[in-house]
Amino acid sequence: MTDIYLDNNATTKVDRAVVDVMIPYFLEQYGNPSSIHKFADGVARGIKQARQQVQNLIGAEHDSEIIFTSCGTESNSTAILSAIKAQPNKKEIITTTVEHPAILSLCEALEKDGYTIHRMPVDKAGRLNVDAYQKLLSDQVAIVSIMWANNETGNLFPVEKMAELAHAAGVMFHTDAVQAVGKIPMMLQDTKIDMLSLSGHKLHAPKGIGVLYLRRGTRYRPLLRGGHQERGRRAGTENTASIVGLGKACELALEHLEYENTHVKAMRDRLERGITEQIPHCFITGDLYNRLPNTTDIAFEYIEGEAILMLLNKAGVAASSGSACTSGSLEPSHVMRAMDIPYTAAHGTIRFSFSRYNGMHEVDEVLKVMPGIVQTLRKLSPYWDGDGPVVNPEQAFKPTYA
Amino acid sequence: MWDYSDKVKEHFFNPKNAGAVADANAIGEVGSISCGDALRLTLKVDDESEIILDAGFQTFGCGSAIASSSVLTEIIKGMTIDDALKVTNQDIADHLEGLPPEKMHCSVMGREALQAAIANYRGEEWADDHEEGALICKCFAIDAVMIEEMVWANKLRTVQDVTNFTKAGGGCAACHEDIEAILEKVLAEKGEKFDPEATPSKQPVIEASKVPLTNLQRIKKIEQVLDSLRPSLMADGGDVELVEVIGNTAYVNMTGACNGCQMAAMTIAGIQQRLMEVMGEFIKVVPASEMSKLVQITA
Repeated sequence: MTDIYLDNNATTKVDRAVVDVMIPYFLEQYGNPSSIHKFADGVARGIKQARQQVQNLIGAEHDSEIIFTSCGTESNSTAILSAIKAQPNKKEIITTTVEHPAILSLCEALEKDGYTIHRMPVDKAGRLNVDAYQKLLSDQVAIVSIMWANNETGNLFPVEKMAELAHAAGVMFHTDAVQAVGKIPMMLQDTKIDMLSLSGHKLHAPKGIGVLYLRRGTRYRPLLRGGHQERGRRAGTENTASIVGLGKACELALEHLEYENTHVKAMRDRLERGITEQIPHCFITGDLYNRLPNTTDIAFEYIEGEAILMLLNKAGVAASSGSACTSGSLEPSHVMRAMDIPYTAAHGTIRFSFSRYNGMHEVDEVLKVMPGIVQTLRKLSPYWDGDGPVVNPEQAFKPTYA
Repeated sequence: MWDYSDKVKEHFFNPKNAGAVADANAIGEVGSISCGDALRLTLKVDDESEIILDAGFQTFGCGSAIASSSVLTEIIKGMTIDDALKVTNQDIADHLEGLPPEKMHCSVMGREALQAAIANYRGEEWADDHEEGALICKCFAIDAVMIEEMVWANKLRTVQDVTNFTKAGGGCAACHEDIEAILEKVLAEKGEKFDPEATPSKQPVIEASKVPLTNLQRIKKIEQVLDSLRPSLMADGGDVELVEVIGNTAYVNMTGACNGCQMAAMTIAGIQQRLMEVMGEFIKVVPASEMSKLVQITA
């Protein structure tokens, strides 16, 4: 059996067609796009084309609204720091408890600098309360930053509606859309979203390239100052090969958008159904009716995620986990905690995330190995006895915590 | 992905003594709050000889937690409970051919389950003697609780103080921001303010020389500095010994736990830094094993 990659929310394989368009920019057209000679000839055109390809995928009104950056994290930092720098009198930021660390860590640092951070909670299905959000909006808020899709559960947040509300209150709106772009259709020109972050490596472009979408007219302060690149909004010599690659990847993503929401979704649904039917005491986390087509996050009760991943890896299946032990920091997934998932389940969450490179036969392979893996680990678990959990698991096993 | 040793993988993929011992007379149940792992250890102890006849584990936890539990049962089977109590978490980690620093707490959990089980056998109440916090210094595996306690107990005020007392921050230095945050928090609790510019307080003060040193003075000074560093080395079971001083080069032997430790090079660099600060001149610190090469060259 060849290895099965179901960790596409972490990163994706670069599409062969993307690599092909990049190669000439390493070996032939390697000139600096600012230079006037034949090595730079066509490079600016390549970048312009890429800008339009990104524009088309996200439905931006102008191609000049696309700013190339080095990654999603840079785009996120640029957006938030720009908003607070451009509006020094506004000292509040609205975000959620389930954002990516790229937002949460930055907000934590800004909190130390005196900013008030409103971190909106989510319910057990990971949904936001839009009414509560509306009450937070005021002229004190510098920016709202809310992810379009959650990386762990795949939950989609109503960012278009929330951007409308922010706009009506005169508040800038940013969305971290690195998980959403290329997986769901979007038409930014019809929204009130002011800024949006996307990352190349989540949609089959290379790592190290990202985009900040900046609506024309949005007040802006660059993070990196220097040369005139990106119209002075992001200085630094262009990562030409990767920009061109990202453009191609966006073009392909747009072509496959329907496939993503039919075939890819069908694979996800089949895996989910197969697992929940075959394996007792497991459940899908998040908002089942409003999430990305490629993502499922399943909690296997009474066992731990890293152990599951190690056995999956041995069986040739790559996935990821919200368990504490898989992250370098040892912190349990803040998303699972925010959703109030009991810890005997939160530690056993496994995220399977698909791409158009996966096939239905791979789903069947995973379904073959998964029940055995769960059974093996449950045999070792103090919460498990024979064919089911011990009676009253959390009472029956009450360790002394150190 | 963690870089697990083959031994960890072996015990994870084929755990020994999984499950509860049927007629156990010693049960220990402990968990690690930092990652939610938990372990139940069941032992069958012979009442006459106090020898552990059988051991079984049930673990809710990650790969290294399961491996630590498995290897622990293998280590203690056949031991008397008195001998078993001498098993340290380092022993567990050593049997596994090492654990990543972030995972050392899995071995601690194993040792605690053992203590709890033996306390249970003896009809005692086991009380946990330490609290574990978020891992701050990955080079030396020092957690937040340890740093906080040291800051409180020793009135530490600077990152350098913390490094001197705990070693935290003495390696790659990437955790200095986190250490500052702890200092800020603890000092605020004491009604003080963290000052990043403050001079480290607790270093033994040795006057820096203004005039060039004679060789004898230099040797005496070096000994003095090494003496001042000795307590923190000995806290880790190591020591340093001055072998020879030739010009501005000091040859030392790292002994005890420092000998062969992967951190020895870092420790030597730290000693060199401290010597230069105190003596106000360039000093090179070299392992004494390098001396033979020198002799060959000069001879």
